[in-house]
Amino acid sequence: MSARTLFDKVWSAHEVVAETADAPAVLYIDLHLIHEVTSPQAFSLLKSMNLPVRRPDRTLASMDHSTPTLSEQVFGNVPIKVDAAARQVRQLEQNAAEFGVELFGLRDARRGIVHVISPELGATQPGMTIVCGDSHTSTHGAFGALAFGIGTTEVGHVFATQALLQRKPKTFAVNVEGKLRPGVTAKDLILAIIGQIGVSGGTGHVLEFRGSTIRALSMDERMTVCNMSIEAGARAGMIAPDEITFAYLQGRPRAPAGKDWEAALARWRTLATDPGAVFDASVNIDAAQIEPMITYGTNPGMVVPIGAAIPSKVGDAMFDKALHYMGFHGGDAMLGKPVNVVFIGSCTNGRLEDLQAAAQILKGRKVAPGVHLLIVPGSQQIKRQAEESGLADVFKAAGADWRESGCSMCLGMNGDTVAAGQYSISTSNRNFEGRQGKGARTLLVSPLTAAASAVTGRIADPRELM
Amino acid sequence: MQAIKRIKSKTVVIPSSNIDTDQIIPARFLTTTTKDGLGKQLFADWRYERDGTPKREFVLNRPEARGAEILVAGRNFGCGSSREHAPWALLDFGIRAVVSTEIADIFRGNSLMNGLLPVIVDDETSRWLLANPGAEVEIDLETRRLTLPSGSAVSFPIEAFARQCLLNGIDELGYLRGKLGAIERYEAAFAATPA
Repeated sequence: MSARTLFDKVWSAHEVVAETADAPAVLYIDLHLIHEVTSPQAFSLLKSMNLPVRRPDRTLASMDHSTPTLSEQVFGNVPIKVDAAARQVRQLEQNAAEFGVELFGLRDARRGIVHVISPELGATQPGMTIVCGDSHTSTHGAFGALAFGIGTTEVGHVFATQALLQRKPKTFAVNVEGKLRPGVTAKDLILAIIGQIGVSGGTGHVLEFRGSTIRALSMDERMTVCNMSIEAGARAGMIAPDEITFAYLQGRPRAPAGKDWEAALARWRTLATDPGAVFDASVNIDAAQIEPMITYGTNPGMVVPIGAAIPSKVGDAMFDKALHYMGFHGGDAMLGKPVNVVFIGSCTNGRLEDLQAAAQILKGRKVAPGVHLLIVPGSQQIKRQAEESGLADVFKAAGADWRESGCSMCLGMNGDTVAAGQYSISTSNRNFEGRQGKGARTLLVSPLTAAASAVTGRIADPRELM
Repeated sequence: MQAIKRIKSKTVVIPSSNIDTDQIIPARFLTTTTKDGLGKQLFADWRYERDGTPKREFVLNRPEARGAEILVAGRNFGCGSSREHAPWALLDFGIRAVVSTEIADIFRGNSLMNGLLPVIVDDETSRWLLANPGAEVEIDLETRRLTLPSGSAVSFPIEAFARQCLLNGIDELGYLRGKLGAIERYEAAFAATPA
């Protein structure tokens, strides 16, 4: 057989029916993750057709987007502040019970952002097909799974059949070589990649992140990279599984054990792209040249090294509109700009290593006066780990606001928002207009840069505080 | 779903590129559990003042936009979140086709599944359409052609199977359920272990 890519191998292993000129492939889905925002209308479809969830054993539900992060609303007797969000939470509880779907409910110790808990449980595994009504499903590609976001109609299709109609995407190799410099993180790497290929550079493609830099990343870091594949327009992002992947998975509750583990390992070791396999597109990235990165505009491709100035693009009305929204001007330096809110969390940077990185800067320091630092763990398990290991004490001593897990301020639909006109230094994934609240101005950065900016009250280079 | 053969309408133009689904419908409106009535929130942050009154200068609030079924936008329309609320909101408002040089993958798939036509055209056609808001345009799904007022026409790509479904007003789930036998055989052969 000719040399195949990781993507080709996973795709072909899940083709129930291959695609033809007239019809897309029928692709089998191993794992279907659902949450409260994009599932209600799909459950309604099932009800209207009198259909069951065909494979509840391959379906996992969490609640994350509209859930509050204030402890008294999650565990106390204070009602969820946003009424419609409370209704959505109740509806998922009812639907999960009615259709026999396993749900990590509001007070479950395993609840969290769906893209954080599935890997944490060991449910996300190499070689799987994984979908969710959420574009950041690309996160799971860090394990060598083919994982992509779908709409609610397709959520209904997977409920009813455990399969999807899909055209085979093209492949795109992102080759990253060299050593990331101190203070430069996986977040900076993916922001630099998006800056280079553009916010639609990956449209129609599945990215495979390859090369020595990627091999050296931890699983938390690989998840950060794959998470933002969608911000380059890609259908999915993947990284071949290796010993780091296997070490992460071994012993997790849903990972195979005993003889099954050995069999799984043997299978997973065959997934990496064969030497000589051909990609439809490729780009080469020199990791050693990457600086801490920061966005200055209203999409993740509008990004510069933190020490750089905002570019000027004379005569580009869209560019000017974005800068006007941000209250910036071409030629402005990024360093030293004022900060109102700092958000550390999300499916991009809400994992334990992200919190450890932030703590490294925050330890023994105080949040600058007038700055609100919100730190939201990606899951309740991460919250517990951060509390047990003393990270939470570091955060609280610094004056940070330490919360229950959830999507929180990444998308401002749960009560955590940034006020109009305010500057939010955020470890999340999207700096779109109004993403964190109407009129909010978002600047995407790594947890190190976020923490450094919180303590200085201005956009700061984390390397000066390390 | 209603069959679609042809859409003939004046256009409404939002020239921005990279219009993301957070602009099409901001996240705070996603707490709904139905598909109904989302047209009111379409482009909410561009369309309304803080007190909720419509911004007179925004194109969708202008009298000439009334009745327009074709939205022409800059490149990479619909990027970002997978929220199907975006095509639901556009359709509820009365938009039946979106024309751009590039349309993001998930949004395009979601649109096809709801009867909103994603029409991808070349740079020159796009430039003309962006510069001539209100132009009377015809989009013919059968011939896959978009015809300008001058009578000149360009063809546009559209996935063959989705096109057949739209032309016949059938949804894809019926076809997919027709493959359940093959899905069961696949499961028996390859996918014995649950997740």
